[in-house]
Amino acid sequence: MSTLILLLITGVGLGALYFLVASGLSLIYGLMGVLNFAHGAFLTLGAFVSWEMSRRIGEGTWLTFIITLVIGAAVGGVFAALTEFALIRPLYNRHIEQVLVTVGLSLAAVAIFEGVWGTDSQYTKGPEWFTRTTDVLGAQVPNDRFVTIIVAALVLLGVVLFLKKTRYGMIIRAGVENRSMVTALGIDVRKAFTLVFTIGGAAAGIGGVLASHYFGYVSPALGGSLLIFAFIVTVIGGLGSLAGAAIASVVVGVLQQITNFYWGMGDFVVIVLLAVVLLTKPTGLMGKTA
Amino acid sequence: MIPENIEPILRVQGLRAAIDGSQVVDGVDFEVPATGITALLGRNGVGKTSTIKSIIGLITRTGGTIELAGERIEKVPTHKIIQRGVGYVPEDREVFSALSVAENLKLAERDEHPNRQLVDELFPDLVKRAHQAAGSLSGGQQQMVSLARALLNDNKLLLVDEPTKGLAPKIVQEVAQALAVAAQSVPILLVEQNLAVVRQLAAGAIILSGGKVVHRTESATDFLNDEALTQRFLGVQSEGAVEQSADTTSGGML
Repeated sequence: MSTLILLLITGVGLGALYFLVASGLSLIYGLMGVLNFAHGAFLTLGAFVSWEMSRRIGEGTWLTFIITLVIGAAVGGVFAALTEFALIRPLYNRHIEQVLVTVGLSLAAVAIFEGVWGTDSQYTKGPEWFTRTTDVLGAQVPNDRFVTIIVAALVLLGVVLFLKKTRYGMIIRAGVENRSMVTALGIDVRKAFTLVFTIGGAAAGIGGVLASHYFGYVSPALGGSLLIFAFIVTVIGGLGSLAGAAIASVVVGVLQQITNFYWGMGDFVVIVLLAVVLLTKPTGLMGKTA
Repeated sequence: MIPENIEPILRVQGLRAAIDGSQVVDGVDFEVPATGITALLGRNGVGKTSTIKSIIGLITRTGGTIELAGERIEKVPTHKIIQRGVGYVPEDREVFSALSVAENLKLAERDEHPNRQLVDELFPDLVKRAHQAAGSLSGGQQQMVSLARALLNDNKLLLVDEPTKGLAPKIVQEVAQALAVAAQSVPILLVEQNLAVVRQLAAGAIILSGGKVVHRTESATDFLNDEALTQRFLGVQSEGAVEQSADTTSGGML
C-alpha cells in the first residue's frame, strides 16, 4: 500500500512536469497550428541558466530556489518570444515550414548547450528540505515531489485565470476555436501568438527548474526527453485543450510510474495508451472536433 | 434611388482570388452605394461568399483593386480593414461557441463607446442569455450574436453573408427587421438566398456567375419580377420564390 502511494505521488509529480511542457504546446498548437519541437529547448535553457545562477548566489536555500523559478520563467519566456518573433512569424501560415524551423532550432539548441555546459549532467542542489521525506499514510515521499506538484498547480491556476479573466485570454480562447473570425472582428491575432509562446515558454522554463530538482541534474537532453512525453500528453488530452493537457499529464505520469515499477514497461504502456486514444477518440480526451 | 453624385462606399475592380489554386473570384467589378442594402445574388457556388471574404482578405487576393470610402484596401490585412469600419457577419454565424454571449460581444467591441443600446433593443434575448455559452444557443440566437457583433460598432459598411440560412420563418423576419434598422445608418452588402427577404430589403442587386459579375441592377425588385432574368441567372421561377417565402431556406429558394 505504501509503495502504491509513493508511486502515485511520484507519478503525479512527473505528470506535473509533463503538464508544464504540455500546457504551452497545447495552447500554441490550438491557436497557431504549430507543433513546437523547440519547446524542450526553452525548458533546458531555463534549467541551465537557473543552475548557473544558483551556483553564483549560493545553492541550497529556499530564497535561491524561488529566485531560480523566476529566472527559469523569464529565460524560457524570453527565449520563446524571440523564437516566435524571429523564426515563426516570418513563416506566417506556412505550417510545415514553421514545424521544420522548430525542429532545426531544437537540434541547434542542444548542440549549443553541449558546447557551453558540456555533455555531462550537472548536479543540482535544492534546499535541505527537498532531500528529506514526508510520511503519507506510511509512504516516505521525497519532499521535492510536493514542491513540483504545488508549483505546477499554481501555474495551471494562473493560466486558467489569465484565459478566463483577461481580454488577451479571451482572444486566445476565441482564436483556438476560430482564428480567422478573430481577425475578422478587427483583432491583430499575431500579438496573441507572441503571448502564447511567451506563456508557454515561461511554463516550460519553470518546468526546467523543477525537473532539475526532480531528477537531480541538468543535461542538454533534459528538455527533449520530457518533450516526447509532453507531446503524447498533448495528443491524449486533445490539442488545444488546457484541461485535457492537465488531466492527461496526471494519467500518463501515474501510469508510467506504476507500470515502470512493477513491470518495467512504463514507456511502452504510454505509447499503447496513445494508440488506444487515437483509435477510439482521435481528437483526444477534450480536444475540439477538427 | 441613390443620387448619382454620391460616391460609392465600396468599389471593387477586377478582383481575383483563389483557394488552393482554383480561381473562385475571377475578375469581379462592382460598386456598393453609400446608403441602403445592395444584394449580391447568384446560384450556389458562383463565388458570393468568396467575393465577400476576399474583400476583407480572408481569402488570398490575387489581383484587382478594392476601395473602401475612397481608400485602397486590397493589400491591407484583415484586422486593419475591419478597424477602418467594416462589420462582417459570416455565413454559418461563426460565433465562438466556448465563449459566453457577453464575451462574444465584448471581443467584437472596437469603439470606445459601442452601440450597446441599439444591440440590446434589437436582441433582448441576448441580454437575458449574456452568461450562456454561445455554443448552447439555437441557430437563430447564434445569428443574433453574429449580427450584434457587427452592429456594436460604427461601421462604414456591413458585409452580411446569408443571415437567414437555415432559420425558422419567424426568426427570418426578426433578422430581416434587424437588418432594415441597421440599414438606416450603414450601407450593407447582403448575400441572401431567400428572395422574399431580398425583395423586402434590397435596393440594388449584383448578380454573380462563375466568379464574375453577369448583371447589375438599381432595383432588385424589378430584377426579381423579371422571370426571364431570374430564370437565367438564378435558375428559379421568381413567383415560386415568393410563394415559398414562408418556408425555410431549404429547397426551392435558389
